[in-house]
This record gives sequence, C-alpha cells and structure tokens, in this order.
Amino acid sequence: MKKKLLTYPYLLWMIIFTIIPLFLVLYFSVVQTDQFGTRFTSEHLARVFEPIYLKVIFRSIALALVSTFFCLVIGYPMAMILASRELKKRDILVILFVLPMWMNFLARTYAWMTLLENNGIINQLLLTLGLPTLNILYTDKAVILGMVYNFLPFMVLPIYSVLRKIDRSLLEAAEDLGATPVSTFFKVIFPLSLPGVVSGIIMVFMPAVTTFVISRLLGGGHYMLIGNLIEQQFLATGNWGFGSALSLILMAFLLLTMGIMSRTDKDREGGRLW
Amino acid sequence: MNDEIIRLVNVTKEYDGVQVLDNINLYILRNEFITLLGPSGCGKTTTLRIIGGFESVTSGDVLFEGKRINDLPPYKRKVNTVFQQYALFPHMNVFENIAFGLRIKKMDDKTIQSKVRQVMELMNLAGFEKRNIDSLSGGQKQRVAIARAIVNEPDVLLLDEPLAALDLKLRKEMQIELKKIQQRLGITFVFVTHDQEEALTMSDTIVVMNQGRIQQIGTPIDIYNEPKNKFVADFIGESNILDGIMLRDYLVHFHGRDFECVDKGFAPEEPVDVVIRPEDLKVVPEQEGMLTGVVQSVIFKGVHYEMMIKSSEFLWMVHSTLMEEVGSTVGLTLRPNDIHIMKKVRQD
Repeated sequence: MKKKLLTYPYLLWMIIFTIIPLFLVLYFSVVQTDQFGTRFTSEHLARVFEPIYLKVIFRSIALALVSTFFCLVIGYPMAMILASRELKKRDILVILFVLPMWMNFLARTYAWMTLLENNGIINQLLLTLGLPTLNILYTDKAVILGMVYNFLPFMVLPIYSVLRKIDRSLLEAAEDLGATPVSTFFKVIFPLSLPGVVSGIIMVFMPAVTTFVISRLLGGGHYMLIGNLIEQQFLATGNWGFGSALSLILMAFLLLTMGIMSRTDKDREGGRLW
Repeated sequence: MNDEIIRLVNVTKEYDGVQVLDNINLYILRNEFITLLGPSGCGKTTTLRIIGGFESVTSGDVLFEGKRINDLPPYKRKVNTVFQQYALFPHMNVFENIAFGLRIKKMDDKTIQSKVRQVMELMNLAGFEKRNIDSLSGGQKQRVAIARAIVNEPDVLLLDEPLAALDLKLRKEMQIELKKIQQRLGITFVFVTHDQEEALTMSDTIVVMNQGRIQQIGTPIDIYNEPKNKFVADFIGESNILDGIMLRDYLVHFHGRDFECVDKGFAPEEPVDVVIRPEDLKVVPEQEGMLTGVVQSVIFKGVHYEMMIKSSEFLWMVHSTLMEEVGSTVGLTLRPNDIHIMKKVRQD
C-alpha cells in the first residue's frame, strides 16, 4: 500500500495538467455564454462541419499525410544506414543527426525562411550555377519542406531503434535459404521493422496535423491549417467555444487514427525510445 | 575424388590480426556425417560459417564439387544451415518458416504445400502449421529449424551446435533422430559441437580442432582408441596422461617402471606422453598388481564407479563396475595395447 503513495504526485500532475484541461475543452465546446447566461449548445460543434472549416481540416490532413510520406521515404533508408553493422563511429553520426533538434524549433524554421527567400541563399546559389530559381516560400511546398525537416528525426529514431534490435542471425538465415539481399529486406527486415514504422508515422503525423508555426512562417499567414484556425479562435477572435470544438474534433480524429495504427504495434516496441 | 563434395585448402582466417584458423585442410565426402569437435574458441564455428558463406577466408580456398566458391554469397550456395539459436522468423508461423526457402525459389503453391507437409511429417511436426514461433518449446523450435533447412533438399546441411540448448534427455533423443534423418535423406551433415560424447555417437568422421588447428581427423573409434596427441586424448573421453620415455621399440618407461607396449618408431630415449583410459585399468588384489595404490574417492556414475587411486604421487582415474572401499590398498594392471604412446606436442 505504501507504494501507492508514490503515485500521488503524478496523479496530481495528471489531474491538473491533463484531465482538468481536457474537461475544460469539452465544457467550452458545448456551452454558450451571452447576456441570457450560460447554456448548453451544439452550435460550436456543428460549425466545425461547415464546408469552409472542413476544407481546412482536410487540407491539414492532406499536408500532414504528404509530409509523413516524405519522412518515411527519406527516414527509412537513413535509419537503415544508421543501424547498419558495418557503420563505424555510429554514435557520432546519431548525435550529428539529433543535434539540430537541440536548437530552438522557431529558430530552425526562421532559418528556412531566409534560405528560401526570393533573394535567399538557395536562389543565389542556383543563379550562380545558371539554374532556374526556386520560388516556393509561402506555398504548401515550403510548408511540407518545413514539416519534413522538423519532424524527420521522429521518423528515423523509432525505426532505427527497431532495426538495431533485429537479430542478425535472422538475416543470415534468410540469406542461407536463398534470399537475395533485396528479398531479405522485403520478407524479413521490413516486416520486422513495422512497429518502428508505425510509431514513426504516429510521431510525425500528430505534430504535422496540428502545427501552426510552420504553416504561419513558411506558409505566410494566408495559408490556413487547422492549427492556425484553433490558434486564431483563442488569440484573435476570442471564440473559445469554437476553438474548443475544433480541438475536440481534432483530438477525436487523432485518437481514432492512433488506435487503428497502434494495433499493429502490439509490443509497443517502437515507442520505447520515448 | 568422385565422392568428395567440399574441400578446404590451406584456409586461414584472421580477425583484427588475431588468427582464428591456421591452415585448415579438410575434405568432406558426399553423404557422410562429419563433426567438427573442439572447445569453444577452437575455430569450429568459424569453419562452418566459411562453408556456409557467412565468413570470408583470409587466405586459402573453399571448393564445392571441385569449384572454387570463395566469393559465392550464401544465397547461391547449395548448403543450408541450422543455426545455434534457431533463427526462426518471429513474424511467420511454423508453416511459413519452413516454406520460406521454397517461396524464395518461386515454387507453385501445390508443390510447396506437399513438400512442407512431408518434411513436417518427417520431423514430427504435423499439426503445428499455424502455430506461432513464440509458442513453441526449445525442442519444437529445433525441429522447425531443421525442417526449414532440409525442405530445400540441400547437398550439405550445416548444423551449428543445434542441440546445445536442449536438456540432456531431449538431446539424446535428437542425436539419434538426426542420425536417422541423415541416413534417410542421404545428405552430407556437417555438425559442430563441443560435446565429445555427441560427436562419438553421431559421426562417421570426427575432426578434432584446437586453437584454430585440426588436431586429428578420423572415425570415432580411431579417435577414441588412437588419439594422436595429448590434447585429443584429454578432450575425447577421460584419460590418465603421464610423462614417459620411450626406451626402445615396444618398451616404455613411466611411473617409475618399464612397461611393454605396442608402439614403435620413436627415437631412443624420446620423451613421450603416455595415455591410459580409465576403463582400461583393471583393479586386482594388491599383490597381483603391476602398480599399487590407495583408493582416495569413489563416485557412482550409473553404469560404473569412478575411483581416484593414488599411487606414488600420481592420481589414477579408474572406471570399474566393482566398487573398492575408500582407503583400501589395491593393485592395478594394464595390458600392452591399453598403453597409448604419443609424441610430445609443443603447446604454445
């Protein structure tokens, strides 16, 4: 029974910072306060499903999916290189890879603005090389670039940690049974790394779908994602009810997708890193 | 020459400057059960992995049916391996594990079904098709690992200490079963073990290795009865090993007296190792013995008693079906052909 005492601080923490805010969000999304007092309403929740807002939600999901896809395509080979047995000085490489994450997220994103500017470093370089310039700042391309850059480590690290744990003798067994390196990858390595892939996808998709900083800075403000929309309700229009309703719907959507995804990750192997 | 399937020619292997295999020369015949036997770190597993293609050689050649295969990757070799820790694929059930090699070869489903079922029957695995690998016992995993290899009908099956993780009784059963399977399939088995009893039970040919070198190659009977040097004598079975001097042909001096023996061809006064098996020493009444000694300890070993008998500072190990009292004085006799004389080898 004594052990139970130790859990109280955490319980308190969770109540104050998780459970109460959650209930507040739920509360604000279903009540309306005006000169007649406070009453229940479904108005906020219904408004979320108006076409103009649905469009924002779908755009957010689409952009997040594209970013997640690119993170996976770039991240998986990266994780494989980091995990390869032949690699010397692995620790240094892993640190180099994680190092940018120690820098402030905003600073990193601002840096991309400078790089991508019409007269920025990238375009200057392209000009000197006699190549056509790249004008992607304040487009969805820049937003995707920003997301992929910022969230790539969240894809690489869980895949890397699962790949590192795959028993080498399994690969030898596959080779012994006649599998070429390519079929060994598709029949053994990839299926065994799926838990890492699943948690990588979750770790990237969730922040990507809710981000508002990247879309504001690299999308140039006029590029509205659901994160921006929620931020606007709370900070600009002061419509807490609608903001809460948007948050609630987004949360429900994420819970649903996560529930489906994490079914494939029974052992929560990929998540252990976090 | 026609019957030879694998040959290693002057094979050496170094890891970071450390020599693990030193000039290995070995040929393996078709359909034989050959065992690489030695203590851990003797190079037996490395030798097996070189045949399997998982390790390259530092120098020397690996020949398969007379062709050099040094640079052939494992998936192109006509050998299959049963790995020490089984290395079964955890994301596949028993059937899919066994079918892996056949699916890689893109066989049609019907052939795969019938081949896998046949092998599962042979390995007593019928009914386990859908089972998860994690739900199997050690012995069952072992069977799946063997089935997964032999279903490909390899010319040579490599087995890396496949029975090491099983308990004694299961191990004995599997030894007999493996030998039967080898005879039924008629394929070459290259078996790695550190268990001398296992090697003696199963093999047609034993290759005793130590410190990266082959010490002796021979049939189990040869190896046991005529060990070539002190290491082999000591490693295969229990031995009493004494320093002796070869006085002339058929006469050796050790333990303070001269003994008749059956060996010849040594230089006069050449120092030799004398090896006497514990079961070759006969316990007799004190006055009839060639040697006398005092029984120090008696251990019951099932079929026989193992007695330590001290005679002028040398402790003899004697196996006998009759027990002597601890502390009693007994005589020991031995026949000339029980005395094995070996050249001294410099152990470095």
